[in-house]
Amino acid sequence: MKRFWGFVIKEFYHIFRDKRTMLILFGMPIAQILLFGYVITNEIRNIKIAVYDKSKDEITRKIMQKILSSGYFIFEKEIHSEDEIKKTFKRGIVKEVIVFDEDFSRKLERNKTASIHLIADASDANTANLIVNYTNAIIRDFQSKEISKQIMPFQIIPEVRMLYNENLKGAFMFVPGTMALILMLISAMMTSISITREKEFNTMETLLVSPLKPIQIIIGKVTPYIALSFVNAITIIVLGSLVFDVPVKGSLVLLLAETILFITMALSLGIMISTVAKTQQVAMFISMFALMLPTMLLSGFIFPIENMPVVLQVISNIVPPRWFIIIVKNIMLKGTGFNYIWKETLIIAGLTCIFIFISVKRFKTRLE
Amino acid sequence: MAEKIIQVKNLVKKFGHFIANDHLTFDVYKSEIFGFLGANGAGKTTAMKILCGLSSPTSGEINIAGFDVYTETDLIKKNIGYMSQKFSLYEDLTIEENITFYAGIYGLSMKQIKEKMDVLLSKLDLQDSRKKLIASLPLGWRQKLAFSIAIFHDPKIVFLDEPTSGVDPITRRQFWDLIYEATHHGITCFVTTHYMDEAEYCDRISIMVDGRIEALDTPDKLKEQFQAENMNDVFVKLTRN
Amino acid sequence: MLPMIFILPIVQLMLLVYAATLEMKNINLFVVDNDMSPTSSKLINKFSGSPFFNLNQSSFSLKEAEVSLIKNKADIILYIPENFEKKLFRENKSKIQLLINAINGTKAGLANAYAVSIISDYNKNVITENVNFPTNIKMPDIRVIYSYWYNPELNYKIFMLPGILVILVTIIGMFLSALNLVREKEMGTIEQINVTPIKKYQFIAGKLIPFWCIAMFELGFGLTIGKIVFHIPMLGNLFVLFGFTSVYLLVVLGLGLLLSTLAGTQQQVMFLAFFFLIVFILMSGIFTPTESMPQWAQYLNRINPFYYFMRVIRMILLKGSGFIDILTEFVSLCIYAIIVLSLAVWRYRKVA
Repeated sequence: MKRFWGFVIKEFYHIFRDKRTMLILFGMPIAQILLFGYVITNEIRNIKIAVYDKSKDEITRKIMQKILSSGYFIFEKEIHSEDEIKKTFKRGIVKEVIVFDEDFSRKLERNKTASIHLIADASDANTANLIVNYTNAIIRDFQSKEISKQIMPFQIIPEVRMLYNENLKGAFMFVPGTMALILMLISAMMTSISITREKEFNTMETLLVSPLKPIQIIIGKVTPYIALSFVNAITIIVLGSLVFDVPVKGSLVLLLAETILFITMALSLGIMISTVAKTQQVAMFISMFALMLPTMLLSGFIFPIENMPVVLQVISNIVPPRWFIIIVKNIMLKGTGFNYIWKETLIIAGLTCIFIFISVKRFKTRLE
Repeated sequence: MAEKIIQVKNLVKKFGHFIANDHLTFDVYKSEIFGFLGANGAGKTTAMKILCGLSSPTSGEINIAGFDVYTETDLIKKNIGYMSQKFSLYEDLTIEENITFYAGIYGLSMKQIKEKMDVLLSKLDLQDSRKKLIASLPLGWRQKLAFSIAIFHDPKIVFLDEPTSGVDPITRRQFWDLIYEATHHGITCFVTTHYMDEAEYCDRISIMVDGRIEALDTPDKLKEQFQAENMNDVFVKLTRN
Repeated sequence: MLPMIFILPIVQLMLLVYAATLEMKNINLFVVDNDMSPTSSKLINKFSGSPFFNLNQSSFSLKEAEVSLIKNKADIILYIPENFEKKLFRENKSKIQLLINAINGTKAGLANAYAVSIISDYNKNVITENVNFPTNIKMPDIRVIYSYWYNPELNYKIFMLPGILVILVTIIGMFLSALNLVREKEMGTIEQINVTPIKKYQFIAGKLIPFWCIAMFELGFGLTIGKIVFHIPMLGNLFVLFGFTSVYLLVVLGLGLLLSTLAGTQQQVMFLAFFFLIVFILMSGIFTPTESMPQWAQYLNRINPFYYFMRVIRMILLKGSGFIDILTEFVSLCIYAIIVLSLAVWRYRKVA
């Protein structure tokens, strides 16, 4: 046992003395939280719009006021001709142009109908959709409040309740995903690098001749990263809670237990990569492309899985972060117990066993 | 009769159809310096790895320090030391930390480590440098330190794989002084080397050619046998045949 | 090296473009209809006719619906209570409930918007069917028409592909060139070269030019794949695009050079580059609009080369913007290129 601890302590020295590793280990979570919490957001803010008002009467001004006071949009310029619309879009100056019919107020009074044309620059497809919907919603609201002043019969009133995230905060989506991303990064990448580093320094042979058993070597290499990953996970949860008000509605103990399981899975994956990679460079490359990219894209972190082509949906089943994100969201945001996440937990546990099995087999054959 | 510390009988190692070690048979006696020579690709490193427990033989009887290589590998590992060719001290750790680490793996207590480390560092005249990183030491010092660490836990046998590669002649001499000292303390030294002049320092030498031991005797007797003036000539004559 | 040049873009383009979709369709709607009246059935029909919602679950139990929501099988519950129709015609108003899983805020917002607009459309029908207005009194109605220019079907692939091309070209320009330079340092061959008569700037140019060429080739290759496989539009002048890219590559290669002077080993290069690449790519507006980012992020974007390229490539390809339209970005990038290259060369002279 004593031999083992001596080994673990040495691993800690390596980590703390390597500045780059420290940067990644501590800088990355903070940078990611900042990025995903503040910068990457699907919410709409400060969108520049232009107005082509062919009427310029009271009602159109009121509508514009309402639109601009919503906080989503910023008035950039007035447009006076069709051509100007094209030019404005081509320069990328605004994302939406609102066009009011001529004689708007009069048409509305006499013919009972007047048109507003919303033109959105859909080269940014996602934002365009949101912009149009928001603008439309504001106009509808104006209509029901200002114009339809009579009390209409037969009102169907929808009561909307936003569950788990009343204020529709973007952070609620991102904190669980960031946890998965960071834990994968640290556990898998760092482990694979640390083991291949041993190979490069050629100290692996000496370790194998010593009384340390191979299993002790692997576990010893991996232990510092379990500790560090755990600290990181807690940091993310705390930051999420303090800075973004992301709650932990369910059992904290269950959350931490699942986190440790996930960390173990990621570490075993890292070990498996190290048995395949000959140099640190290759280890890192594999980690990046086989781990990071799928985690960011296919785990449901940013992009919803259900809208992807079937092939990718199938692949996402073996991307472990996908299941972890479900678990974390359920515990943190919905407050569910184990009975709702046993299936996902089983999957992660199963994957861990597979990775360990493969690693041990490969490790043994290399010794021959 | 001196005690046999390593006994090898008909050791065979095959990689597929390629026979790397072809029925090697030899013994090593306690406290001797045994030189294991041969050209590149002759099979020395393969054989040495088997003796260290790093890989398994295809067939043959092998006994290291009284323990069987097939069934008692753990006990063998506790009783041997190893210094690899490609160097094995951690450059980003200090001298002190390296010693503590390796000694700890071999089961020494903190008290024992402290005492022995003080003795070792003063002998090598490195007390003032104990907190320096290995990376800052010149190569010759690193080799000497690596050897001292390999025998720190007083093993019965120490395996040295080309220990003096790339080192200047003076340091090489000092290194061999350390080896002599170790044998005086009862440690058997199993050395592979390219430098034929170092072969002269050994008690007995074996020369491997194409997977077989073609010569095994003291340097003097070999020179006589092959009518050669020095070990270099012996080697050349042997391999030419 | 060579397989990377061909395989990397194909893999990236295929995988990323297909995966990176932010479309919100297939919203799973769970219906709990405790009224079972003609009115409620017609309302439900309206929902099932909508392309946004999947009506695949229903039950009489609200509890069951809530369980489905927790299990993520349903995204939104439409709950129509008992006596909905009766209340509507007797008391002139009647409530229904929409329970939405709001963990994905944007999805919830859109689901809400779609649902409310379906309900309000249906409401209009109910009113016109049941109330006899004299023909000269009608409800004033503002008609909102909308058009999506440049991408009428809101095809996300068209949006993502140029973004992915940017990443591709940059990785080659910055990342691989930096790795290459550092590898020389590691192997020690740099010292060998420093002894020869070749001048430093010739050496730098000689190292960087191949990557410049490869990156330009990648752009062409990627655009070809984009055209053939995804049918992306190429409205603008491709010469302008390639011209802009050549300046962009100067910036990026300069950054790669700078990076190589900061790192000692290839591994360090990878770490540093990786760290900064992720940050800058995400901030560039590839997935989310830059306008929505906080002020400090927008300032930071001024020195983010990705930001410029991302804007320009989308503008040229999808909108047909010409050189004049991208003049500001072009000038900014030229200035940036001069600064970065000078800095990089200066540092390289000092260090190598």
